[in-house]
Amino acid sequence: MSPQPDSGPPPVRAAPQVRSGIDIVQISRIDESLKRFGGRFARRLFTLRERADSDQPSVLAPQRYALRFAAKEAALKAFDLAHEGINWRDIEVVPSEGGRCSLQLHGKAARLVDPTATSHICLSLSHDGDYAVALVVATCRDARAVDPH
Amino acid sequence: MSMTMTDTATLDAKIRSVLHDHGRLNQDAQSITPETDLYQAGLTSHASVNVMLALEGQFDIEFPDQMLNRAVFSSVQAIRSALQELGAA
Repeated sequence: MSPQPDSGPPPVRAAPQVRSGIDIVQISRIDESLKRFGGRFARRLFTLRERADSDQPSVLAPQRYALRFAAKEAALKAFDLAHEGINWRDIEVVPSEGGRCSLQLHGKAARLVDPTATSHICLSLSHDGDYAVALVVATCRDARAVDPH
Repeated sequence: MSMTMTDTATLDAKIRSVLHDHGRLNQDAQSITPETDLYQAGLTSHASVNVMLALEGQFDIEFPDQMLNRAVFSSVQAIRSALQELGAA
């Protein structure tokens, strides 16, 4: 058998990295903000589509806004964007098939979360009683998934 | 135009009043120092949104996107600087 040419050690492939963020919100406090600041709270933080998805039926509005607020905060944590000056509306919760929701990033948030390095973003929402919880998990191809500068 | 000490004190008092009403801090908003870390004092992300909206209402301003970050709401002093930058003083 002829000797194989020495090709050196096998290339090291970086393992996929996982970024995660979680947030919990008290639904009654979101309800308080909706009442205290009128439409300003909703308009400032939520897209037109999110407001349409949350406002009907009105009895569920505080819960739905709370879930979406928690999702935005969880995404800010997952991608380390809390210091970047991100408009909350640039992190949007959109309903998908089967009653699940997913995240869509726009504007500066979309620019900072590199789509070529982030392979998938998962969103999980839950609520019980007065609390709403959101978990964002993103698998990244490399550590440069978020490049603030 | 530079602010006098009285202007600064008046502005800080208004900020403390907003923090008292909306910040849900774990200590008295009236007695914190200008440098006290508000997040260490219990300010949550949701409470900081309420503080922001209340400040906007009180001073008839709007915080631009680049100011929607943790640092701007991290202390009375930081909020004061942001308000001054927005011409609220």
